[in-house]
Amino acid sequence: MIDRRDLLRGMAIGLGGAGLSARALHAEEAMLPFGNGERPLVAFPGKRPLLQMTARPPQLETPFSVFDHGAITPNDAFFVRYHLADIPTRIDPDAFRLDVKGHVERPLSLSLADLKGMPGAEVVAVNQCSGNSRGFFEPRMAGGQLANGAMGCARFTGVPLKAVLDKAGVKGGAVQVAFEGLDGPVLPETPDFAKALTLDHARDGEVMLAWGMNGQDLPWLNGFPLRLVVPGYYGTYWVKHLNAVSVLDKPFEGFWMKSAYRIPDNECACTEPGKAADRTVPIGRLNVRSFVTNLTDGQEVRAGQVPLRGIAFDGGSGIRAVEVSTDDGRSWAGASLGQDLGRYAFRTWTSEVALAPGAHALRVRATGNDGGTQPMEPRWNPAGYMRNVVETTRVRAA
Amino acid sequence: MRLTGSVALLLALGGPLAAAPQDYALPEPTAQLRAPADPAHRPGFEAAQGNCMVCHSVDYIAMQPPRKGAGFWESEVTKMVKVYHAPVGEADAKAIAAYLAATY
Repeated sequence: MIDRRDLLRGMAIGLGGAGLSARALHAEEAMLPFGNGERPLVAFPGKRPLLQMTARPPQLETPFSVFDHGAITPNDAFFVRYHLADIPTRIDPDAFRLDVKGHVERPLSLSLADLKGMPGAEVVAVNQCSGNSRGFFEPRMAGGQLANGAMGCARFTGVPLKAVLDKAGVKGGAVQVAFEGLDGPVLPETPDFAKALTLDHARDGEVMLAWGMNGQDLPWLNGFPLRLVVPGYYGTYWVKHLNAVSVLDKPFEGFWMKSAYRIPDNECACTEPGKAADRTVPIGRLNVRSFVTNLTDGQEVRAGQVPLRGIAFDGGSGIRAVEVSTDDGRSWAGASLGQDLGRYAFRTWTSEVALAPGAHALRVRATGNDGGTQPMEPRWNPAGYMRNVVETTRVRAA
Repeated sequence: MRLTGSVALLLALGGPLAAAPQDYALPEPTAQLRAPADPAHRPGFEAAQGNCMVCHSVDYIAMQPPRKGAGFWESEVTKMVKVYHAPVGEADAKAIAAYLAATY
């Protein structure tokens, strides 16, 4: 027998001999730019060192430098978010079954082989945590204190949820579909994590049951062996370790839909900073965002022509334009868009700005095909969701 | 959780396991609660040690925005009890919130 401590020690050696202690395998600590932003860089099995927000359950943020390497986020760098600590530590892929039940003609119990035998589908899509960038809200609020790294873009392989629902035969009168995974709470009284989509959304042909990510099995911490992929929607709907799909003839009433993951019911999904919302609705589609990835805040650059590159994405209309400003938004210059991997994917972009010696604030703004764009001033909401302010990267040219 | 040698070895090598259960070795949390500066908060510190880590590691606490004060921490402890059903009595909940407000 070998115990976990030996295993951890072995992995620490695998990281290059760094962090050689029996209890921790983190070699370094990163500092996110807000109060209490210290994060150990920890390599969980199957992952490279990531910013550990919490250890149990694991919540790991992708170091932002990863996003400078292209539109696809590697599996070992993809962020991890769980709510409840009883996460599966043993799964038999042959014995695994997805139950399709509820308001259907033929309840199903499908193996991975059954699912892989159906006509497949593929999508390149961004998964972003609702609370990505929460640490930058002011005033700050309780919750996962993330910088900008709780997002990623991957090529997902699976089967359309519609095909599975059609196989089961949705009965007339069905209105929603609920999703549960193998993970659960430590205490049985704690509300188990479950999410729901409207029937029309679940049957749109794009929502997918995915087993593959970037040509490999899903990483364990990203939902092995099966997860829901909801292109254009926040990660909260992308239920991991998915093992139950329930067709409902009345709206789902679970805590994680009815009380959590709610946004103000208005155009901006915002309130006056510090104020509660009068009415709320479940969070839905991603709003549009863009980032510079090749320069970091506070960096020194050589004066003259400075190349810029980065990524942009939205909730599925696709990116129409990315623009850069060096004068706080008084003027904007269009960037060149990179390869189009589909309307749900990160879109890379490149540009160049002329910087005289001195301090500069570089602003980047994306616009979607639906006309959606980013505000110059940050919006606020009580839970710290959906941040999409025009980002600012401050550099000094010399 | 304990693993058999062969499973652990294969996991350490990153190799796939065909036709057998697969195991995942979760690292142990290492974060500890900060001792209170004021000994008056010792009971809250002890109650926090006895309860919080049942469900989550305490880096959940340390990452929250600094010095948010009593209202913030009372609301967090209340959420743990009322929403997530942590079995913490009223007196302990009060002591935990006071310790957290004074310490974080």
